[in-house]
Amino acid sequence: MFLGVLFVLPVANILGRGLTTDAGLDLNPVVAVLESDSLRRIIGFTFLQAALSTLLTVVVGIPGAYVLYRYRFAGRSLVRALATVPFVLPTLVVAAAFLALGVPPSFTAILLAHIFFNYAVVVRTVGGLWAHLDPKTETAAQVLGASKIKTFIHVTLPALRPAIWAASAVCFLFTFTSFGIILFLGGPGRATLETEIYRQTAQLLDFKTAAGLSVVQLVAVVVVLIITNRLIAHQRVALGLQSAAAVPQVRSAGQRTMLGGNLLFMALLLGLPMATLIVNSFSIPSGFGLTYYRALGTLRADSVLFVTPVAAIKNSLVIAVIAAAISLVVGGLAAHAIVRHRSGLATALSLPLGVSAVTVGFGFLITFDTPPFDFRSSWLLLPFAHALIAIPFVIRAIVPILSSIDPRLRDLAAVLGANPRRVWREIDLPISARAYTVGAGFALAISLGEFGATAFLARPDHPTLPIVIARLLGQPGALNFGSALAASSILMALVVLVVMGIERARIGSIGTF
Amino acid sequence: MTSFRRVIAASIIGATILALTSTTVSGARTQSATVTLVTHDSFSISKSVLRDFTRESEVLVKLLPLGDAGVALNQAILTKDQPLGDVLYGVDTTFLSRGIDAEIFEPYRAANIDLVSKEFKVDKRFRVTPIDYGDVCINYDKDWFDQKQLSPPKTLTDLTRSRYRNLLVVENPATSSPGLAFLLATITRFGATDWIEYWRALRANGVEVTAGWEMAYNGSFSAGEGGGERPLVVSYASSPAAAVYYSDPQPSTAPIGTMLDSCFRQTEFAGILRGTDNRKAAEKLIDFMLTRKFQEDIPLQMFVFPVTPDAQLPAVFKKFAEVAPNPASMSPSRINRHREQWIADWTEAVLR
Repeated sequence: MFLGVLFVLPVANILGRGLTTDAGLDLNPVVAVLESDSLRRIIGFTFLQAALSTLLTVVVGIPGAYVLYRYRFAGRSLVRALATVPFVLPTLVVAAAFLALGVPPSFTAILLAHIFFNYAVVVRTVGGLWAHLDPKTETAAQVLGASKIKTFIHVTLPALRPAIWAASAVCFLFTFTSFGIILFLGGPGRATLETEIYRQTAQLLDFKTAAGLSVVQLVAVVVVLIITNRLIAHQRVALGLQSAAAVPQVRSAGQRTMLGGNLLFMALLLGLPMATLIVNSFSIPSGFGLTYYRALGTLRADSVLFVTPVAAIKNSLVIAVIAAAISLVVGGLAAHAIVRHRSGLATALSLPLGVSAVTVGFGFLITFDTPPFDFRSSWLLLPFAHALIAIPFVIRAIVPILSSIDPRLRDLAAVLGANPRRVWREIDLPISARAYTVGAGFALAISLGEFGATAFLARPDHPTLPIVIARLLGQPGALNFGSALAASSILMALVVLVVMGIERARIGSIGTF
Repeated sequence: MTSFRRVIAASIIGATILALTSTTVSGARTQSATVTLVTHDSFSISKSVLRDFTRESEVLVKLLPLGDAGVALNQAILTKDQPLGDVLYGVDTTFLSRGIDAEIFEPYRAANIDLVSKEFKVDKRFRVTPIDYGDVCINYDKDWFDQKQLSPPKTLTDLTRSRYRNLLVVENPATSSPGLAFLLATITRFGATDWIEYWRALRANGVEVTAGWEMAYNGSFSAGEGGGERPLVVSYASSPAAAVYYSDPQPSTAPIGTMLDSCFRQTEFAGILRGTDNRKAAEKLIDFMLTRKFQEDIPLQMFVFPVTPDAQLPAVFKKFAEVAPNPASMSPSRINRHREQWIADWTEAVLR
């Protein structure tokens, strides 16, 4: 119902503008799109860059997940949080950082930037499950003579498959509908479905073509979702899960190399752009200083749109917390329903990821325009929009972990006399707690950094940090740009703090399992 | 769903509707009206100026920024039967006809309209009121040209000469407002049949194209913040002033100059949205936008120029912002008729 009102209605409305004539439903725009050479090329390119980006991200993300969730080392919590930061950064800022590092706009730049952004998705989703895998199965396999590699392929990977497919689905959706990166780092003329829909809707007001493109995008997304859901469901393996506390310290040389290699990779691909941003935010003409940070509080302070950094941070946090709460409730309910009944909810609730933001935004404008349902300038729109985007991630973070709980454990507990609530508290909750933690981390990170998708919703006087950053980037002058970097650094620090805080907060007593 | 879950779901929906509706009932003051000003993200004005307006007219201004200028206008058109606000500020020359043809404005003859210079009064039926103007021009990096001992290009044709090869960065007119303005400048200067040849020559001379102004100026421009390689960029006549004003410490000479032959003049308008419930308050706001107080506040807030000639420019503008004596310009209706075709032709000639 939530989804229906806030999503389906606006989308149907705006698509209706393009797809209906006086005679009724008219699918000609879709046909026209599929027949147009240039548009077909765009569709093909969209698929190509998304598939390649997803593949690369998963390939480098799995070792990262292993290192960050199966080892224990000093500073692990910090590294995990830092790896999540890229997810949050406004694409414009990242594009600037990549350019500053000498990466020119190109196909490679798109791939690198996608890995940069989505690394955290793979690491957290796969790692979250991996942390709970009982090493005894692997040990048993090795005692029986399997080599490390064989163990990995035949024991570990199958167990991880739900999480890997879930993470792949999310990565694909994200890169398929990627907007800012394509626009800024793709070089001129490179277009995907998303950028083209934006152009047609927001700039040309050509609803027919936009609707045709949206339908194609929607169909593609639904197909991908159905396929991955099938894969996740079929691969569901009842695993012996253990608590996450019992992971080994880094000991052997092999482990050290693994750890070191991954950390180096993360430092290069993730750390370098972020470090560049931070360093540049401190570098003023006379050396290093806090000029730009101070400027955040004073630059254009007389302007009516001005907001102090503290106020912007507060706005961002409030909206993020509300959005995360909504996502956890709705996503949690959905996840439980999916695990119990294998319902198509996952697909349905993931649709918002597959529909262009501008389509939803514009649909909103024409759907909710009559009082008492005139929501268009309500500031609650932002958290709800963020929640819409975050819910698919939350579900995909929670479901693989939840579905790995051996149902026999529950039966066993029930036989031993525990009532359903006790079963839930002792069996589900400790495992779910980690799942919810992972999900909450996602939801908060998404909301804190969200700008592109909600750029089409009216934003009355409570700008968030990303909005402030975007405004600063639109003006020439060192103070403006430097302040944008300063604000981005603050945003990064905020995310690190929030994510680390989530990790520390445990619900219930996971340790005792 | 268990009944427990049903209760949760129902209360979420209920709370949602309650929250959304209650936050839109803004404090309706009984003693003063509220006018909602729909704008784009680049809008800015001093708090003190708005406060003065409220004090003098007893009208409270509520701001609703909607995104960039093109998107804001299109959203206004989309919602014209249920307008988002009372006044729309920020439709410019390149999209004016679209707004007027969509009939989203109510005519209003502003009180101070006679103070405005003639060149800006484009709409004879007063559906929109000119408020400010800006010139999109090519900026050049003075230091770069000094070091290379090369004199910067003076005319548009210079840009196709081999001595200026690989030095220019422009924005894609399909995705960027200054990019579109520069394209229109070349069409005005070279004519409807020869402009494509000019762009082919630019392409052969190594012109770089970016998606938007941010990437061009702070990415590729050598005097921008990204330390790029190219000393020529399509930006604004006010950019030199902004570069000085937003530097710490402020230099005594502007680090960038303006190629006056490349300028295209755009006027920015405001209009009362058709269907508004606050017509009187909206009129007061439009009148206020043409007063000296508002007009003189514009330059340092939005880095464009006031349309009333007796508004004093701030010192940093008088010193560093050059106003083109003979900029290119085009009628809004002509732009509206050909814009998409021109962009398509440009894409074919330059990007394919």
